[in-house]
Amino acid sequence: MSNQIIQGILLGGYYALIACGLSFMFSVMRIINLAHGSLAVLAAYALWLLASRFHVSPFVGLLIVLPLMAAIGWALQRFLLERSARGGALLPILTTFGLAIVIDNLLFEQFGADTRSLAPYIGSLSYDSWEWPGSIYVGKLAVVMFATAIVLLGGLQLFLTHTRLGRSIRATSEDPDTAGLVGVDARRANAIAAAIAMVTVGLAGAFLGMRATFDPYAGAPQLLFAFEAAVIGGAGSLWGTLIGGIVLALAQTLGAQVHPQGFLIGGHAVFLVVLFVRLSASGLGPRGLLRLGKTS
Amino acid sequence: MSAPATMPVIERGTATSRTAAMAVAVIIALLAIAPQFLSAGAVDRMTALFIYVILAAMWNALAGFGGLVSVGQQVFFGLGAYFAIRLADAGLNPFLALFASGFVVGVVSIPLSLFMLRLRNGEFAIGMWVIAALTHLLVNLDRLVQGETGTSLISLNVYDAGTRRATIYWLALASMTALLAILFGLLRGSTGAAIRAIRDNEDAAASVGVRVTGTKRLLFVLAAFGIGIAGALWLATSITFQPKTYFNVQWTAYMIFMVLVGGIGTFEGAILGALVFFLIETWFGGTGVWYLVGLGATAVVFSLFLPRGLWGTIEERFGLRLLPVGYRVRLAAASADDDATPQQTTKHQEKA
Repeated sequence: MSNQIIQGILLGGYYALIACGLSFMFSVMRIINLAHGSLAVLAAYALWLLASRFHVSPFVGLLIVLPLMAAIGWALQRFLLERSARGGALLPILTTFGLAIVIDNLLFEQFGADTRSLAPYIGSLSYDSWEWPGSIYVGKLAVVMFATAIVLLGGLQLFLTHTRLGRSIRATSEDPDTAGLVGVDARRANAIAAAIAMVTVGLAGAFLGMRATFDPYAGAPQLLFAFEAAVIGGAGSLWGTLIGGIVLALAQTLGAQVHPQGFLIGGHAVFLVVLFVRLSASGLGPRGLLRLGKTS
Repeated sequence: MSAPATMPVIERGTATSRTAAMAVAVIIALLAIAPQFLSAGAVDRMTALFIYVILAAMWNALAGFGGLVSVGQQVFFGLGAYFAIRLADAGLNPFLALFASGFVVGVVSIPLSLFMLRLRNGEFAIGMWVIAALTHLLVNLDRLVQGETGTSLISLNVYDAGTRRATIYWLALASMTALLAILFGLLRGSTGAAIRAIRDNEDAAASVGVRVTGTKRLLFVLAAFGIGIAGALWLATSITFQPKTYFNVQWTAYMIFMVLVGGIGTFEGAILGALVFFLIETWFGGTGVWYLVGLGATAVVFSLFLPRGLWGTIEERFGLRLLPVGYRVRLAAASADDDATPQQTTKHQEKA
């Protein structure tokens, strides 16, 4: 059992990776990007294409894909989200949902229904493991993933609190108009925030491809995982996202123990329970569940 | 005020809308006798169209009037089909089961609304998606459904194909007409004013004493009920029930497409959108993936450049009202030319 718990905690690292971009974008722009999961799958396909066609290792491939994702994020904010956000809070939901449908089906058109994986291109990392005391085996990939999540979350935190750019992004998220008065370019801050969010999405896509298989329609479940982890983690700091990811993964692991189909049910159930408790406690302001703390 | 000529006139119907009301009655009568003249295939297609109109109108009721964008409405579509299977399996007449199922879905949505309506905007949208995903998994656990293998509404097979086709057609037509009438009545009544106030600005509506949550709940339950019936009708036309097909997010994608293209927040727009979707599906449905890419891209383009949709734009441009649910003020001085500003459509632009 303790073995499963450790695996669950490590899997939580992946959920934290995919969730942090979603909650980061929401906290800055108040937009939930419904194409979030599809964009992660897009990144996974890009890495797969580089690896299978051009024999580029996925880790080297990230050097190409991550800047590309940053560019996509910047363009997404400038050309889609900025415009649709002007039409109210509901329109971006529809815009990004339409975008998700376009991405999913273009991927299907291009790559077909076959499931793919990056595991064959990362050598022994995909199956190597360390033996821990108590004959517990932990996969090296899972540990790398968890470590990446911690470094990413910590890096993001430091960036937001200790750099000029990070502070201007936080100022924009608090109040774009007032931030504008003190000389912060809100458009630029938002576009940079979107670019950063997409870099994290690219990383999450890479780990999705390495630890499991994916297909053109794998984006929707990733979006739900990201959302669930972000909400469970709750308002607070980015570290809440890590806690949320771990709780989600543990609930899934537990669910799988109870019933063969219990993996996903367990995850959704814990999400709803947390939501229910949080709404009943009613400690929520009208600003919602996903907001990052003011002080970060 | 002794000079009545300067008094503004407040009116609902216009000459156009009275003609339109007559036209609606004629169209429904013609549709009712249509199966006598149409081929079997055409009857099936028309049934699908009616179901699309229901889906569009119900999603529009929720999003366009209640300000609640959900990407999980497939949960009610799937549950409508599932409960119909369950009720028919328990021995209820299959046709009766379709409507009983709609009511069950409506009842189920009440406790759900207590919970979900406390979420806002994107959180509500994607929270509903989680509900849909979870419900799909739970339905799969039912032995009767046998997981993704699915099952069928076998008790419908006692009727011969012709009777079945015509009956489902009439049931779909009747459901569509009734649901549209309920929505129309709701929007014209005192609730309608509340609904439009919420649509335009929720906080302002609450501040003048509109019962925001109660009104939203009404729309939520109505949409669940209508979409549940649509799901049950779809089951009746296709007989087989595979959870994956019914709980597919594609249904919500269709609803969003229809309403965005037709005109979100307008009564006529949803119907127009369903018609457009129906034609596009008839012409391009065979192209598979590109058809879906096209639907998604069209939704993006409309949300960015024509967020009021086709009908919203027509309404604005020409001041045309076919099925008026609001009031408009016509200044008597300007009564010679009939182009008073349509008041109720000026949509409030929310600050992001």
